[in-house]
Amino acid sequence: MENNDKLIIGNHEFNSRFILGSGKYSMKLIEAAIRDAGSEIITVAVRRANTKEHENIIDYIPKNVTLLPNTSGARDAKEAVRIAKLARELGCGNFIKIEIMKDSKYLLPDNYETIKATEILAAEGFIVMPYMYPDLNVARELVNVGAAAVMPLAAPIGSNKGLSTKDFIQILIDEIELPIIVDAGIGRPSQACEAMEMGAAAIMANTALATAGNLPIMASAFRQAIEAGRKAYLAGLGRVLIRGASASDPLTGFLHD
Amino acid sequence: MVQINGKNEDIAGKNLRDYLHAANYDTRIIVVEINEKIIEKEQYQNTIIKDGDIIEIITFMGGGTMI
Repeated sequence: MENNDKLIIGNHEFNSRFILGSGKYSMKLIEAAIRDAGSEIITVAVRRANTKEHENIIDYIPKNVTLLPNTSGARDAKEAVRIAKLARELGCGNFIKIEIMKDSKYLLPDNYETIKATEILAAEGFIVMPYMYPDLNVARELVNVGAAAVMPLAAPIGSNKGLSTKDFIQILIDEIELPIIVDAGIGRPSQACEAMEMGAAAIMANTALATAGNLPIMASAFRQAIEAGRKAYLAGLGRVLIRGASASDPLTGFLHD
Repeated sequence: MVQINGKNEDIAGKNLRDYLHAANYDTRIIVVEINEKIIEKEQYQNTIIKDGDIIEIITFMGGGTMI
């Protein structure tokens, strides 16, 4: 990969385009997951502390990896802002991934509350990365209120179903200047590769790895797929014929001529 | 009565720092909120827990999206 091909989020530069989630697997696997994924950003949740377990996830994350706390559990903008401020107070920087969900069946993000929370937190100096349902009007509003990236869902969270919203993510990629980071629903490396070929700036994955047979090997597979997709995007994909065929061998000099 | 992380405890009148220590919290990796106001670490010692306070003691955990 070219060294000058950086992912830029809020004036921070990253070489890796694979954002790793840290949920649903052992803390002891986190170091191997980060190493094999090559990730430079990892998401964490903010939750009530336990007095009995002094083991903390922070101790398992290398210091050069950027923490991206999420606001999961928030049901509206007010709760998301509260969680974001708690996360910042924990002393791991200004990055925040907004997640606001009222619906517990499909876990779909509330785009309206997400815009409100993004506006408040961006004004307070956070680097805001909102998780959203891929809607162009909402994405434009997120840009207007100061988001640092836009994170559309590919399919329902944890479903591993792949690019169900492909056409709408493509519209965001084509129309929005900010990095479009495909989050939620990506289940296979091939789907991550496809999103990157489309021009996504990065991929976020968690369940695809956490539910894989071997997490570190799957992390490595995703890394390679994301890098391949990025290279293909930068190279420019070959054209598709609507009908007919086009030989790639010379059409003269056949043995029967 | 004081509500801490959703549970009632009879600790009104205690100093926050002493309570956190006695309850075995690792203050390095937590943030404390009383009645939705974040308490700076330097203020733990000067904070007396009052009857009716709602206290949240928060840390980071593994999470991706909605975890």
